[in-house]
Amino acid sequence: MELYRKSAYELSQMMKNGEVSSVEITKSVFDRIKAVEPKIDAYVTLDEENALKAAQEIDNKRSAGEELPELAGIPIGIKDNISTKGLRTTCSSKMLENYVPPFNATVMNKVYENGMVVTGKLNMDEFAMGSSTENSYFKPTRNPNDTDRIPGGSSGGSAAAVAACEAIVSLGSDTGGSIRQPASYCGVVGLKPTYGSVSRFGLVAFASSLDQIGPLGRTVRDVAMLQSVINGHDRMDATSAYRTYSDLSAGLESGVSGLKIGLPKEYFGKGIDDEVKSGILNAVKALEAKGAVVKEISLPSTDYALSSYYIISSAEASSNLARYDGVRYGFRAEDYDGLIDMYEKTRSEGFGDEVKRRIMLGTFVLSSGFYDAYYKKAKLLQRRISAEFSQAFSDVDVIATPTVPTTAFRIGENTDDPLKMYATDICTVTVNIAGLPAISVPCGKDSKNLPIGLQLIGEKFTEQKLLNTAYTYEQLVGGFSMPEI
Amino acid sequence: MVRGYEVVIGLETHAELNTDSKIYCDCKNQFGLEVNSQVCPICMGMPGTLPTLNEKVVDYAIKMGHALNCHINRVCKQDRKNYFYPDLPKAYQISQAEVPLCQNGYVDILVDGEERRIGITRIHIEEDAGKLLHSDKFHGCSLVDLNRCGVPLIEIVSEPDMRSSAEAKAYLETLKSILQYLDICDCKMEQGSIRCDVNVSVHKPGEPFGTRSEMKNVNSFSAAVRGIDFEINRQIDILENGGTIEQETRRWDDAKGESVSMRSKEDSQDYRYFPEPDLLTIVVEQERVDKLKEDIPELPNAKLLRYVKEFGLAQKDAAFIAESVELATLFDSCMAKGRFPAKSYTTWILGDFIKYLNDNSKTVSDTKLNADNLTELVELIENKTISNAGGKKIFAVILEQEKSVKELVDELGLAQVSDASALEAIADKVLAENEKSIHDYKNGKTNALGYLVGQCMKASRGKANPGMMKEIVLNKLNNM
Repeated sequence: MELYRKSAYELSQMMKNGEVSSVEITKSVFDRIKAVEPKIDAYVTLDEENALKAAQEIDNKRSAGEELPELAGIPIGIKDNISTKGLRTTCSSKMLENYVPPFNATVMNKVYENGMVVTGKLNMDEFAMGSSTENSYFKPTRNPNDTDRIPGGSSGGSAAAVAACEAIVSLGSDTGGSIRQPASYCGVVGLKPTYGSVSRFGLVAFASSLDQIGPLGRTVRDVAMLQSVINGHDRMDATSAYRTYSDLSAGLESGVSGLKIGLPKEYFGKGIDDEVKSGILNAVKALEAKGAVVKEISLPSTDYALSSYYIISSAEASSNLARYDGVRYGFRAEDYDGLIDMYEKTRSEGFGDEVKRRIMLGTFVLSSGFYDAYYKKAKLLQRRISAEFSQAFSDVDVIATPTVPTTAFRIGENTDDPLKMYATDICTVTVNIAGLPAISVPCGKDSKNLPIGLQLIGEKFTEQKLLNTAYTYEQLVGGFSMPEI
Repeated sequence: MVRGYEVVIGLETHAELNTDSKIYCDCKNQFGLEVNSQVCPICMGMPGTLPTLNEKVVDYAIKMGHALNCHINRVCKQDRKNYFYPDLPKAYQISQAEVPLCQNGYVDILVDGEERRIGITRIHIEEDAGKLLHSDKFHGCSLVDLNRCGVPLIEIVSEPDMRSSAEAKAYLETLKSILQYLDICDCKMEQGSIRCDVNVSVHKPGEPFGTRSEMKNVNSFSAAVRGIDFEINRQIDILENGGTIEQETRRWDDAKGESVSMRSKEDSQDYRYFPEPDLLTIVVEQERVDKLKEDIPELPNAKLLRYVKEFGLAQKDAAFIAESVELATLFDSCMAKGRFPAKSYTTWILGDFIKYLNDNSKTVSDTKLNADNLTELVELIENKTISNAGGKKIFAVILEQEKSVKELVDELGLAQVSDASALEAIADKVLAENEKSIHDYKNGKTNALGYLVGQCMKASRGKANPGMMKEIVLNKLNNM
């Protein structure tokens, strides 16, 4: 089997045993990129030269007998909203087309400290706003399972690159489903960690109270290993949880015997595709056969989650994106007459439609006279949704739902209908609103041979439980299957 | 009352806190350094950066809260105030909206000898913005200096309790002296470390408050007085001509001595405040609040009263000393020695010392004067070892050099001759040489006594104890 097809865990073992070098792995991945990237368009920026340099360094260290971290020498792709010092970070926006950060995100420091090899920066919906990666200023990314279809979003490049074996693992960010939804559409594993477990320092903010960086990979073990690299307290992020974490990949084999799985009826109703629904129910049955206890539960405020999510996230976005004003860095319009005109032209020309739509929505809901009716109410709903989850978790250990109501749609299918596009987030946004961890793991394919994703949601800081459950399931059904490209 | 109108004034005062580092990053908080040298990705608002709160800022603000008798909100949030301006790199300022750290306080001020209590609505913490630089040299551009971005500020909002520009000035001076006492602000007006916005309205007695205008860009206390007086008269002129006052924001132009309209109420900005999601709720333990209260020194307005009541100082003198931390510290440590009355010290402090400081643009700490050497000096004068004139000579030296007062007496040859036999010898010699004056004195020309004593002093080269000398001469004359 080609090196690029292997999991990070397998490659790590092979390097340890001296069977293969990081340079060979990295070269294999770049060969793969050269072969399929024209069909997938997962990357915004490739960094082959530095990747090979980093791989060589790791190989040198290894041959010098240095003890190296588990993921040392493993090629990783980075979503293009995570600051990489010296490597441009565009957020797939014209606004930051030529922006090169002068500092590394905390997660990047961890990635480099662990000796990982950064292949490049991955395409996304502009400023992480979108569910299809069609909102990229540069190009849409294509789903490796069917290149006429979207890979999901906003971390579409992160999911597609891993699915197409253009990276061994990747980092994405998840504000309302942006890791899990593309992971589901592309048939890979994606973890949205508990809010506060991974530092946001250096993640270009979309919605500060919801954003979270997380790992994507082809196996649950790879995702567990990468999550163990990136989590941890960071004094540069005030919302970072002050706690320590155990190695998540160590206890994956503990099984699901006695595990109580809740099925919230609100996540299986109207709008959920029948094939997706039966895919999830079959997966749950398989877990039940391994000793899990399944229980129907109710999360009654789920219907309000989407509105609440779009109000809170847009409000925060309208403020977070105000700094792109053409004054200090990034795009500035060419012809303008005075300061106000420069602001208006820069922002009109520099942002795409979806970003502008959300800035306007967010500006509106924070305006005096409307704040109480929208933002304040959305925050109240957020509290209620969180309380309902807490209530549910007094009864069950994990909650199982579809990650997305349908499988991947065609490129262009929903671009003229933002509301339809927003509705694809219906199963994922609640998790962000409540700050919980959730994983999407492949659970078979529909009749169009498109991957279905099983979402498992846990209480705060129960990533281990989610990974164990996902791992058990993956062992049962085989998990990732390589698409023909 | 001005021209038959009552005046209502409220002030919003911004004070830059003198913490070592900025409020949300580790950059140095220092004025006057090279343009854009005290910046980092965080205070420049680069994409992906996050703020973390400097807890010292909370401590400083709580101290001011205590000093102004405020309730401290132990649980409060920080909020984003959104607006676009090139000196504001994030396009929002982190401030506090609904719930400030401190609220519902008051401060007692003295205006023309009368005590007035001014309500304090709130004190909140926030970050300062950068500064735009304009110059003909920039080829039609404006440049921005971001060194000031993230400098911690407290905004102190008063109730509309002031009734004249004199009261506003007294209020501002009291705030300034308290900030200095707490050592939380440099209070350098010329560096913009205290700035204020002024709200003014006028109304006829017995009528409700008039519509207020807000005036920005008031950069000194004297500018506040000029601005307020201008605004009062501007509003009265409008009313007298049958017009109405519009609620608006105006900008004070101190050079022209007038305010100009910036924006009307309709154009007022909607700052779209909302809770800052990048920062946690501020939670301050009661213990910490109490500890900060214990650390508050005696404040200038309290000192003033004590100086008047305990030491019998004139209010003007007491206020002068109390308002300066350094003078008050010097004076208090002199008085703590418990040896000489206040007058013995204030003569020096308010006389030669202030003149020296003013003439040389120095502060107390620039000099070598302290309670020890000043007390030594006072002692030598009180026990008549040296004359007042000699004291002045020594004073001039000990301001600038660390020299022993006693050694200086010898070095400068200033010891008074109080030895009666030595003085008598001088008197005998002078009298023997001035027979005409003795004759004059005997004939009732008392002026002659002064002349003779003067000659004696001259003969002693100024060292004779003048009191004793006079007595000896007088005795000898009467016995002739």
